[in-house]
Amino acid sequence: METVTLHNISKTYGKGATPALKDVSFSVNKGELFGLIGPDGAGKSTIFRILTTLLLADEGTATVGGLDVVKDYHRIRSSVGYMPGRFSLYQDLTIEENLTFFATLFGTTVAANYELIKDIYRQIAPFKDRRAGKLSGGMKQKLALCCALVHKPEVLFLDEPTTGVDAVSRREFWDMLQQLKQQGITIVVSTPYMDEARRCERIALIQAGSILSIDTPDAIINAYPGQLYALKAAHIPHLLNDVRGFEGVGQCYAAGEYLHMVFRSGSEEHLLAFLEGKGHKDIILKKIKPDIEDCFIRLLTTTHQ
Amino acid sequence: MKQFMVFVRKEFHHVFRDRRTLLILFGLPIMQILLFGYALTTEIKNAQIVIADHAKDAASEQLISRIAASKYFTINSVALADNEIEAAFRKGKVKCVVVIPAGFGNDLLHGNSAQLQIIADASDPNTAKTLTNYLTAIATDYQQDLYPTANVPLRIEPLTRMLYNPEMNGSMNFVPGVMALVLMIICTTLTSVSIVREKEMGTMEILLVSPFKPTYVVLAKAVPYLVLALTDFVIILLLSVFLLEMPVRGSLPLLFLESMLFIITCLSLGLLISSVTSSQQMAMLVSMMGMMLPTILFTGFIFPLENMPVPLQVISNLVPSRWYYMIVKAVMLKGLGPGVIWKESLVLAGMTVVLLTISIKTFKTRLA
Repeated sequence: METVTLHNISKTYGKGATPALKDVSFSVNKGELFGLIGPDGAGKSTIFRILTTLLLADEGTATVGGLDVVKDYHRIRSSVGYMPGRFSLYQDLTIEENLTFFATLFGTTVAANYELIKDIYRQIAPFKDRRAGKLSGGMKQKLALCCALVHKPEVLFLDEPTTGVDAVSRREFWDMLQQLKQQGITIVVSTPYMDEARRCERIALIQAGSILSIDTPDAIINAYPGQLYALKAAHIPHLLNDVRGFEGVGQCYAAGEYLHMVFRSGSEEHLLAFLEGKGHKDIILKKIKPDIEDCFIRLLTTTHQ
Repeated sequence: MKQFMVFVRKEFHHVFRDRRTLLILFGLPIMQILLFGYALTTEIKNAQIVIADHAKDAASEQLISRIAASKYFTINSVALADNEIEAAFRKGKVKCVVVIPAGFGNDLLHGNSAQLQIIADASDPNTAKTLTNYLTAIATDYQQDLYPTANVPLRIEPLTRMLYNPEMNGSMNFVPGVMALVLMIICTTLTSVSIVREKEMGTMEILLVSPFKPTYVVLAKAVPYLVLALTDFVIILLLSVFLLEMPVRGSLPLLFLESMLFIITCLSLGLLISSVTSSQQMAMLVSMMGMMLPTILFTGFIFPLENMPVPLQVISNLVPSRWYYMIVKAVMLKGLGPGVIWKESLVLAGMTVVLLTISIKTFKTRLA
């Protein structure tokens, strides 16, 4: 069953501006952990704001929990949990005051839904009398998640919850999302970090207001056309220039300590000979399995062409 | 209802945890009252005057002692030569010079007419006029005391009585004005800033995505500031009664009710400002600068409205504090009842309804 649907949604902020969303359609199944993956400015926050009834789309329709985001906005507002991209709790209220405030605002109590948040709340409970403004980034995110969850929403919208959070807290945060998923809550989450895509059941890769691909992370990786190579030598910056100068190479970019590349024509032997001729030493060339970032880059170039 | 209460409580937390807000809320009214009550006054006290006594006879001594007895002057009794007078003014300390010519007493007693020169620094025309009036009055008094039964054929003796404020106490005029000013500034600034802060901090996004109706957000914001502004009103009233010795001649409950009405008018204005501005700075600027000047100009407690050109008088009708000022003066100083101020109250009530309707209508239920 589809809990969230978007049909041909387009949105432009102001006249003559570059469109923020161009004809976006996708749907999220009930109980699914769905990821919107894309760089800053891709349109992720705009999608969230349209789904949480905060913005009106120029064209297209969208539903949340079977309700129309325009007509039934008031009912949607009481049945979803929303965590905006920027930390948006009251900095001058304590953890406990924030949580109680949002629980009461949604007509419930912390005690009534404590079961749902207890694993997360337990981690910040020792600081419950501390003001939210004085918390670390990771703790702020946990508190914000608690506040978004405290009324037991049907759908949880998390806009870049792990941006600006350290690696350990990020991992913990994704673990918490897995647990919430098991409680039957539909979660739509966005992130600019490609490595986090693997933690979602299905993902939508989004760039410049358009969806590039929607599928499970594995399916997206398996759909990668051709063979990806990792290439390394003593002097990487020169190597990148030289490889790009080689006729048979399709695409080549830096990824960590290696260069990732695909062949258009040409073969491994030809490239190695070419590079040795250019004076490169300690050359390593190996076949690798692409990750989401490789797929993203690949999709970007194919859509550009 | 429970949601409403928790929201109101949250607002109080915001206020009491922010030193700047507290300072505006309670520092501003106290400071204004003390400033206007003590420091900023149009009364002249202890003006420096110089008496150049060239006569040095009994009559001139008597006149000088009368001038000295007045609290308005501080006398520097030096015999200035005529050409030194201007130099004394140029230094700026001397406001007025009285020259008693030689033979003053003699002229008065035997010639039946004596002259007295009063030279005032009219670069400040109001002060100069007041000082010369005071001095002329003293001289006339002295003359009449000398010849109480002087046989003047026709004589009009004006008997003036200063109603409501026999001591001509300046704070009588200022306190109602300051009350209007302070309540206006506090109510508009604090409410508008507090709503815009929610927008700026992003919390408005979460508030909107909740079952709490946007209209309630507006109302729940207004309630705490109504309570706080009423506290301010009480503080100002206590200060002016016990410190500035202001009378409250009319009904206290009536004054309280009228103030509440005025506060609600200002709160509605603040709400309106908040729904048309998007940053705290902007809201602060509009409500502080945009409200302060019209309030000072068009309330009538500093510049009399009657003296203004008609277009400005018309504009002044739009300023809520002008009506409140009239109400406070009527109730507090003249002891008048609701029968006299119903028109002003109706104007305020009308403004409130209009402002509140517009601000609730323009309050956005979405972000853009």
